[in-house]
Amino acid sequence: MVLNMGPQHPSTHGVLRVVLKLDGETVMDLDCDIGYLHRGMEKIAENRMYTQIAPYWDRLDYIAAVSNGLVWVETVEQMMGLAVPPRAHYLRTILTELNRIASHLLWLATHALDIGAVTVLLWALREREEILKIFERQFGARLTCHAWRVGGMPNDAYDDFNKDVRQFINNFPKRLDEYETVLSENRIWLSRTVGIGMISAEDAIAIGLSGPALRGSGVAWDVRKSRPYAAYADMDFDIPLGENGDTYDRYLVRLEEMRQSRRIIDQALEKLPDGPVNAKLPKVVKPPAGDYYHSIEGPKGEIGCYLVSDGTAQPWRVRVRPPSFINLQALRQMCVGHLVADVVAIIGTLDIVLGEIDR
Amino acid sequence: MLLFAPIDILNNLLLKVFSQETITFFIWPLIQIGLIVTLVALWVAYATYLERKISAFMQARLGPMRVGPWGLLQPIADGLKLLTKEDFIPENADRWIFFFAPYIAVASAFIVFSVIPFGPDWAVIADVNIGLLLVLAVSSVGVLALILAGWSSNSKYALLGGLRSSAQMVSYEVAMGLSLIGALMFARTLSLSGIVAAQGSDSIWYLVYQPAGFLIFLISGIAENNRAPFDLPEAESELVAGFHTEYSGMRWSLFFMAEYAAMVVVAAVATTVYLGGWYFPFVYRLETSGHHNLFVIISVLVFLVKASIILYIYFWLRWTLPRFRYDQLMDIGWKWLIPSALINIVLSGFAIFLVQALNGWRGITTIESLNRGLNLTATGKGIMIVIGVLGLFATAALLARINWRSRDFNLRVQRRNIRLVNVPQGKPAVQPQPGS
Repeated sequence: MVLNMGPQHPSTHGVLRVVLKLDGETVMDLDCDIGYLHRGMEKIAENRMYTQIAPYWDRLDYIAAVSNGLVWVETVEQMMGLAVPPRAHYLRTILTELNRIASHLLWLATHALDIGAVTVLLWALREREEILKIFERQFGARLTCHAWRVGGMPNDAYDDFNKDVRQFINNFPKRLDEYETVLSENRIWLSRTVGIGMISAEDAIAIGLSGPALRGSGVAWDVRKSRPYAAYADMDFDIPLGENGDTYDRYLVRLEEMRQSRRIIDQALEKLPDGPVNAKLPKVVKPPAGDYYHSIEGPKGEIGCYLVSDGTAQPWRVRVRPPSFINLQALRQMCVGHLVADVVAIIGTLDIVLGEIDR
Repeated sequence: MLLFAPIDILNNLLLKVFSQETITFFIWPLIQIGLIVTLVALWVAYATYLERKISAFMQARLGPMRVGPWGLLQPIADGLKLLTKEDFIPENADRWIFFFAPYIAVASAFIVFSVIPFGPDWAVIADVNIGLLLVLAVSSVGVLALILAGWSSNSKYALLGGLRSSAQMVSYEVAMGLSLIGALMFARTLSLSGIVAAQGSDSIWYLVYQPAGFLIFLISGIAENNRAPFDLPEAESELVAGFHTEYSGMRWSLFFMAEYAAMVVVAAVATTVYLGGWYFPFVYRLETSGHHNLFVIISVLVFLVKASIILYIYFWLRWTLPRFRYDQLMDIGWKWLIPSALINIVLSGFAIFLVQALNGWRGITTIESLNRGLNLTATGKGIMIVIGVLGLFATAALLARINWRSRDFNLRVQRRNIRLVNVPQGKPAVQPQPGS
């Protein structure tokens, strides 16, 4: 039987269409059909000024707008050789880590919902709400925030920023433990996640997985460590690694990542220097002719941006390395042989965002 | 009684048109049926309200608050909304089957209420001597509705939901039926009123004699009703809405009414068989002091409270646990529940044999009388309770040993912790420039 899952399906996380070939309920083969949310971001970028492109980048992975915006401004800054003031670097670190927690919380909420634990959804969204409140005060928007400018930030942190963030990171570990009591030791949760969607380290590297999906298979690769950007070079944190590369490992890795993010925020707040948050920019941002690739560790994986400039005020070609798109390639390998219910769990564990896949 | 004066007036009025015989055998049953259907429908509607409130309470939100005080009119508003919606039948659906499936579901759930003893005397419509058998038989017709709905929708999700529900309900029905046999050995009757009376005359709840049976009944009851964590036929994150994907408006809500009514049925049967039905300590004094109707009303309330506690367990589980997968569900049904139900029957039989054998041996008396059900003395009760509790653990241990090698059982062993590594830093992409 051929089952057409999506694009209007409650748990394909957007408009992903998966064509499943089933034998009973066992998945024999599957095919992903994407492009329902294609907006031509890369092409649009060719007709915009460098500073105008940044808001488009926020809409790639709309759940992690702050991280996505950062990759664009950092690419342009490095191409131009701009020196960004340290305070801006630290604020960028704090805010992208907050965004990582928000994104992981949303992942936890929807993943638990896919597997049937509805209550975790609302609990996780309650914590995410606290982060969104900070974003709202800082950027003026909750989800669709535009965080950065080329050369720094549009404005300095608001007055109570330190207090709010402190309060959040103080309350957060308790809440995380709460989720763990509901899920981590739960028999049903274990039987739904252990051994489901296994992928070995070799396969994960061959497909090009990144982010928690790669680290769940036990590969120690994190752009924050291997090629530190923003202020990550000054931060002390660990990378959580799984063993088997199954859904449960990825679940644990993401939970631990939230704890590590909290640690990073704690340090960054401690060390937050004073000073300006903006570098001095020329009237028109014009990177020199040539090409440049820069990537950061987004919540979903390595977000990269390859930029070719011909020396004018508009880029000649831009290419995004979307982590969700590349992680989605593993879906077939992970799903074949499992049941329909597992497909939902595996789509959830890959943590895809269709805005980024379709661009 | 003053409280029931209107009944006598009504009876006299009816006597002017009908003969006394017609009234007793035809008119009054009709009135009773109408009353029960209305009340049960109301109960079902407010079960949805309670579920929403309880889930809201668990999820740190408020639940329905807008319609009426604390949202108390919400079920009525929902009902009105669903009634006025378009009755949509998909073009490719099998029209007549699609049309009738919801009615089968609702009818099979509501018919069962005819034999449920809500209280003593007039609070039970029909005291059939095969009551429990009728409950099992009629409630299993409900599966037919789900299969027909799934098939006639002509949609793949609905078909999968229908298939799942048929497999699930058929396999859990076995465990459900088997789990009740233990209690029947004590009650020695299939009549539901008889079971309640047997517990009353033994002055004990069969929950105490049959902890394993109660647990198995509750679990298979939840599975039988397609409730979380066994809500696979309508798993919204996998099958959109399962067998009722294509249904809308009132037909859809009929399925929901059937689901909640079936839940109430299971709660009512569990109350009747294991929680002593409408019996409650000291309520009987009302009867002996002559307040018969008050006694009946209080008994009905006791019954409703007991059943609601079981309903609360339903809600509690639904909003706490994740969903099982289809094969795991079958595993639990066939590898755990049915064997433990069988072991429970053997153990109960052994316990009753032991008690009977011990009676009169060295002056021990265990059996008080055998007239309505098995009435035991304190010693006999003690023996029975000990065997019941030991049996619970013995069954768990035995099945754990048998299922030891299955993958799903050893999850806790498979559970692992993640490693934390601190890899050396690479060359920074951005050089932080102090003071710039």
